[in-house]
Amino acid sequence: MTSRLARHAGLLAVLALACMLPFVLSNFRLFQFTQVYIYAIAILGLNMLTGYNGQFSLGHGAFYAVGAYVSAIMMDRWHVPYGWTIPVAGVICLVVGFLFGLPALRLEGLYLALATFSLALAVPQILKYFEHWTGGSQGIVLSKPKAPLGLPLSPDQWLYFLTLAVLVILFWLGANLLRGRVGRAIVAIRDNHISAEAMGINSALYKSLVFGVSAAYTGVAGALSASVIAFVAPDSFNVFLSITLLIGSVIGGLASISGAIFGAFFIQFVPNWAQDISKAAPWAIFGVFLIVFMYVMPFGIAGAVGRIWIRMTRSRVLQAGRDPAPAHHAHTTT
Amino acid sequence: MEIFTQQVVSGLATGGIYASVALALVMIYQATDVVNFAQGEMAMFATYICWSMLNAGLPYWGAFLATLGFAFIGGVVIERVVIRPVENAPILSIVIVTLGLLVICNSVAGWIWTYVQKPFPSPFPSKPFKVSLGAGETIFGAHDIGQIGITLFVLLCIYLFFRFTPLGLAMRAAAQNPVSSRLCGIRVGWMLALGWGLAAVVGAVAGMMVAPSLTLEPNLMGGVQIYAFAAATLGGFTSPGGAVLGGFIVGVVENLVGTYVSFIGTELKFTVALAMIIVVLLVKPSGLFGSTVVKRV
Repeated sequence: MTSRLARHAGLLAVLALACMLPFVLSNFRLFQFTQVYIYAIAILGLNMLTGYNGQFSLGHGAFYAVGAYVSAIMMDRWHVPYGWTIPVAGVICLVVGFLFGLPALRLEGLYLALATFSLALAVPQILKYFEHWTGGSQGIVLSKPKAPLGLPLSPDQWLYFLTLAVLVILFWLGANLLRGRVGRAIVAIRDNHISAEAMGINSALYKSLVFGVSAAYTGVAGALSASVIAFVAPDSFNVFLSITLLIGSVIGGLASISGAIFGAFFIQFVPNWAQDISKAAPWAIFGVFLIVFMYVMPFGIAGAVGRIWIRMTRSRVLQAGRDPAPAHHAHTTT
Repeated sequence: MEIFTQQVVSGLATGGIYASVALALVMIYQATDVVNFAQGEMAMFATYICWSMLNAGLPYWGAFLATLGFAFIGGVVIERVVIRPVENAPILSIVIVTLGLLVICNSVAGWIWTYVQKPFPSPFPSKPFKVSLGAGETIFGAHDIGQIGITLFVLLCIYLFFRFTPLGLAMRAAAQNPVSSRLCGIRVGWMLALGWGLAAVVGAVAGMMVAPSLTLEPNLMGGVQIYAFAAATLGGFTSPGGAVLGGFIVGVVENLVGTYVSFIGTELKFTVALAMIIVVLLVKPSGLFGSTVVKRV
C-alpha cells in the first residue's frame, strides 16, 4: 500500500518537474524534450507489440510515417486544424496496423522480422512515388501552431504541453490496458500461444488488435512530430528510424512501460553528444550499446532500475529482520 | 527481342549477386537458426577493405584474394565474439545483435571511408561482347558476363566443398544435429564459426562484384540485401540450392519488371522486393524448395 502511494507521489513529482521545464529551458532544449516525449509514445507502441506480445517489428517507422503524412496532408490540403489530425492519424494507423497484422499472423519470429524490415526499407520509396499527395522528395512544409485561447505561451512551449498531455493520456491508457485482463492475455500469447489458446484466448484477434493499437500509438507520435518539426519528407522515415525506435525500446526495457521513456531519452540525447566526435559516431555507439545491452542488461534500463529498487528495499527489510528490537515490525511490512 | 535477351542476361548478372548473398544468409540460417541482418553490411565492409588495398597499389586479383582472407577471419571472429554469447538466447535477442552489427559496420565504414561515393574498378574489359543470335546482334556488358562466371564459380566451389570434403561433411553434420555431432567428436562451435567465415567470403565476392556498377558507398548493400531476403524466402530458407535459384529468378524478374512494367520502373524497386517477400510468405511460407519445419512443443 505504502509503496503504491510512494509511486504515485513520485509520478506526480516528475510530472510537476516536467511542467516547470518550459519556463527554465531554452526553446531548442524544449524542442528536444518534446521530441523525447514523441519518441516515448512511439516506443510504448512498439513495446506493446514486441515486448508484451512477442511479435517482431523492425518496421515501425512505417506507421510513424503514415501518422506524420496523414496529419501533414490534412493540414496542408484541407486546412484541418492540427488538433483534429492527431486522433484521425491514430485511427487510420489503427486500421492500417490491424490490416497489416492479419497477414502477420501467419508469419512467426524471423519471418515477421524479415517482412517488417523490408517494409522499413521500402517506405521512403513508396512515399516518393505518390508525389501528388506527399510532395515527393521535397516533402511538405507546415507552419507551427500557435497557442489557443490566447494563452501566453510561445509555439514551442505550447507544443511541449500538448505533447506532454498526449503522452500522459496514452501512457495511462496503455498502463490500464496492459495491467488488466487484456494485458494478461497479450503476455500469455507471447509466452505460450498454444496454452493461451487452450485457456480460451482468441490468439488471432488479440495479435492483430495489438498490432493495430501499437501502430496507432506510433501513428499518433508521427502526427505530433509533423506539427512539432513543421516539416515532413520521405528520407526522414528511412530504415534507420525504425531501427532507432527498436534501439530505444531495447535500451529502455522491452516489456515495460517506464522503459519507453528511458529509451526515448537515450535515442534523443546520446546521438547529440556523440555527434561531436564524428558524423558516424552516434550509430557506432548505438550499435555497441545495442549489443552490450543484450549481453548484460537484457531487460534494459527499466529492468535494471527495477532490480536495484528491489535489492535496496529488500536489504532494508533484511536489516530490519536482523535487528532484534523491531523484528515484529518487519513482518508486518513484508 | 534483343532488349529482352539483354535484360535477361543483366538480370542473371544481378541475380548472381542476390544468389550469393542469399546463399550466405541460408548457410548461417541453417547452421545457427539466425537470419544475419548484417550480411550485406559485412560484405560492404569487405569491399571497402579491397578498395583500400587497390588504392595502396596492389594488383586486382591479389587484393581480391586478400579480401576474401580478411572476410573469412572477420566472419569467424564475429561468430566467436559477438554471436556466441547469445547463441541460446531468444530469437529476438539474436536479431537485435545482428541489427547492432549492421549499424556498427555501416557507421564505422562511414567513419573511416566517409559517405562520398567511390568508383570501384571492374577486373573485366570495358569493351562489350557482341553476340549474333539468330536475326540480330545482341550486346552484353563484359562485366555482366564476368560477374555471372565468377558467381557461378564461387557457388560451385561451395557446393564441392560441402559435398566432397570431410570438413564440409562435419559442418553439415554440426548444423543438422549438433548433439550427435558433438558425440562423434566434431567441434560444433568451431564448425559454426567456420560457417560464418565462409558466408562472409561468399558475401564479400558479391560485394566486390556489385560495387563497379553501383559505385562504392556505405549503403551499397541495402538494396542487395532486401533482394537477397526475397531470394532466400522464395527458394526457402532451408534449401541452399533453392536460395541460389531464387536469387537468379528474383534478379531476372526485377530487371524484366523494371523494363516492361512502366509504372514501377526503378523507383519502386524495394517495394517490388517487399511484395515478393510478403506474397511468398503468405502463399508458401517454406519457399519453393524449402521443407516445413515441424516443431515439437
